[in-house]
Amino acid sequence: MTNLPRWFDIGVLPLVNLALALLATAVVVALVGEDPLEVLAVLLQGAFAPSSLGYTLYYATNFIFTGLAAAIAFQARLFNIGAEGQALLGGLGVALACLSLETALPGLIVTLVAIAGAASFGAAWAAVPGWLQAYRGSHVVITTIMFNFLASGLMVWLLSGPIMRAGQGSPQTRLFGETVRLPALHDIAHTLGFEVARSPLNLSFVFALLASTAVWVLIWRTKFGYALRAIGHGEEAARYAGIPVRRVVVAVMAISGALAGCMALNEVLGAQHKLVLNFSAGYGFTGIAVALMGRNHPLGILAAGLLFGALFQGGAELNFEFETITHELTLVMQGLVILFSGALAYMFTPWLARLLLTQRPDHG
Amino acid sequence: MLGDDGAGESSHAAVRLRGITKRFGAVLANDDVDLDIPAGTVHGIVGENGAGKSTLASIVYGLHAPDGGSIEIAGRPAVLRSPGDAIALGVGMVHQHFMLIPTFTVLENVVLGIEGSFRLRSGEADNRARLKDLSLAHGLEIDPDALVDDLPVGLRQRVEILKALFRGTRILILDEPTGVLTPDETDRLFANLRAVCDAGGTVVLITHKLREVMAVCDSVSIMRHGRLVGSRKTSETTPGELAELMVGRKIGQAVRMSESSVRSPVLRVEGLTWRSPGGAPGLQNVSLELRAGEILGVAGVSGNGQSELLDVLSGLSGVQEGHIEFAGRRIDRASPATPAGMRALGLTHVPEDRHRRGLVLPFEARENAVLGRPECAGPGLWTSGTAMQAQAERLIARFDIRPPEPRLPATAFSGGNQQKIVLAREFESEPVVLLLGQPTRGVDIGTVEIVHSRVMALKERGTGILLVSTELDEILALADRIMVMSGGRVVGTVPAADATVRQLGLMMTGAGEGAGA
Repeated sequence: MTNLPRWFDIGVLPLVNLALALLATAVVVALVGEDPLEVLAVLLQGAFAPSSLGYTLYYATNFIFTGLAAAIAFQARLFNIGAEGQALLGGLGVALACLSLETALPGLIVTLVAIAGAASFGAAWAAVPGWLQAYRGSHVVITTIMFNFLASGLMVWLLSGPIMRAGQGSPQTRLFGETVRLPALHDIAHTLGFEVARSPLNLSFVFALLASTAVWVLIWRTKFGYALRAIGHGEEAARYAGIPVRRVVVAVMAISGALAGCMALNEVLGAQHKLVLNFSAGYGFTGIAVALMGRNHPLGILAAGLLFGALFQGGAELNFEFETITHELTLVMQGLVILFSGALAYMFTPWLARLLLTQRPDHG
Repeated sequence: MLGDDGAGESSHAAVRLRGITKRFGAVLANDDVDLDIPAGTVHGIVGENGAGKSTLASIVYGLHAPDGGSIEIAGRPAVLRSPGDAIALGVGMVHQHFMLIPTFTVLENVVLGIEGSFRLRSGEADNRARLKDLSLAHGLEIDPDALVDDLPVGLRQRVEILKALFRGTRILILDEPTGVLTPDETDRLFANLRAVCDAGGTVVLITHKLREVMAVCDSVSIMRHGRLVGSRKTSETTPGELAELMVGRKIGQAVRMSESSVRSPVLRVEGLTWRSPGGAPGLQNVSLELRAGEILGVAGVSGNGQSELLDVLSGLSGVQEGHIEFAGRRIDRASPATPAGMRALGLTHVPEDRHRRGLVLPFEARENAVLGRPECAGPGLWTSGTAMQAQAERLIARFDIRPPEPRLPATAFSGGNQQKIVLAREFESEPVVLLLGQPTRGVDIGTVEIVHSRVMALKERGTGILLVSTELDEILALADRIMVMSGGRVVGTVPAADATVRQLGLMMTGAGEGAGA
């Protein structure tokens, strides 16, 4: 009925949903016999203590990239479920660049090529479903899911054969050379004269912040962004306005895929320095929840990505501290947050709206 | 309490409203409305778009709960929490957009939701008999086994009326019922409404067409800015007085057609044929010529190829057979046009459906002000808030768009002002050819006046205008020549000066023949 103010949709609603998720988690924690407040304290400590903050931001980087990927597609009303597969392909792009060029070219150039590889491989893997949707009417939800399976199968084949580390039995490539990796932030800080705790956090985090800014500019400050939002909010009107809807759809999917592919910068080029099987580990799917919670806005996605990073890192800490809280239980907690802030994001909207409107009878 | 016999009912109002107030956010849609609708009459409610007449009807039908005031139905205080409550009290409504399931038969649509028994078949004979009785009693003949999809619009409306009557409706509300009807179908509808009254029912007719009010209503209430500003017996008033009450000031005479000198053709269409993917006829061998400074009116019952013609000419649909000559370009199957390409050549398009096409509804007015005109959105590949703002302010000033707030989303504007945004945008570039689809559909009288004068001014400046409208009055008032379409074909083209409603109505059925196309 009534349009809610924007600050409410962006600010209050996610917080309410988060609070409810924490409440539900508290019930679960109490049921296994732990004190919810104590658990919360450990969780926060585990996520934000100086020694672990780097890990939180490192995980957040993955969520920001996949969240942006989902969000830009959402803005054009495209449901890109394929960030998972696009991230895997991004990893392949990084690995191929590093493995084939690292002896031939200077490290910086190889690193740049690897970055381009991550984005372009991810983009290509998403552009195909985009093309099929735009020109052949195959729904992008179906095709991106299928492309996840294809990507997964492709990686198994490659990592257990053609690019498997020689003389090894595990599905991974050899380590890349020392020169072709994104510098860790603790190293950068050291160079600048600070000391911060060691963590896998690397330059990709900065890239993620830049990508968020770029996505914001693209969506709200360019004609391309205008076109993609017009398609998202009124495809017929976009067609009427002479916007080449099909081409824009393919391009949006490609950009979405490129952002998902950039997740590999963090994992493969920044942290692990080798391509391992399934490094995407569900980040692609969680990115959809991040985008939902962040209301498809880069700023919201930064916040939501940080939250999920904290849950990841803090959740891991809980495993150490409490015997009763197993890894599975932390997954339940993350699941509850996704459920309340993603799937049930608008469940409480009508009640909250009524509350809000009765509080302000003379608005206008 | 009085009985159900006619003599008893005539002594009190079928609907009595006291102090009805309804607020949507900042908008006061109904402001302390008192209204009595005498039983057994046809009562009109007229008013400009956004005057609150549809809201009032929705309140009587239980769709909206009033914020204040009381309702009496047939002499008893009523609390309407939902349409279900209203239906139980004998209130029925026929909406502007039909609520029928096209793949169901007439009978299935009529009994939908009140089939009478779990197994359809056992109740069918009863329902069929009741429907037949109702049809006969009100002169609403219809084949109960026809698929709704196969029925013309006029008959679909008849199904809606029967649907309401079948539910025991004694107070029938119709919201803008004649928008989709031919003059002939309109006459038949009015006869049906009379029959409903004669059978003891009460009809509430919501409309903006004063001619219809004068033709069929016994009495009429006029709304303006949410208030009821007067009620009249139609026998004691004139259209002029009603129009003044609606607008709140004297309104000028309809814009007179000005004779323009014959100028060179700007758009030529030859043998255009277009079949929709579903195989519906679309366009068949349509030829036309449009001159600079000329308005060519396209008349016809909606759905007879006018929309397809606009789509093909604007580049939204490809040319399948035949060709278009425009601005030195020949557009045919081999060299198709795009909407952006046609715009670049100097053709703009006010689409028939402003909600789906003309506007991106959640977009701000200033974003809508540059829809289809990326060159106004900012430099190069960028959009600029100031550029869009400036463009929006130009349009707002030129067409007196209210409220003058470029940052409001299009949804926040009334129908008339939404249409002004579209019109202003498409007029602003002084196009060579303007495709003008239903320029005043759902637009209030005050705005119609503005729109018509702007259209005439644009024509004076040399734009060739193809005007598609289902309102014959509008075409007669504006067009220089009138082309009538039926079944995707051009039935004929006649000079507007010689045309009569009767002749055009006949041609719209595909029967008549005017001058050669």
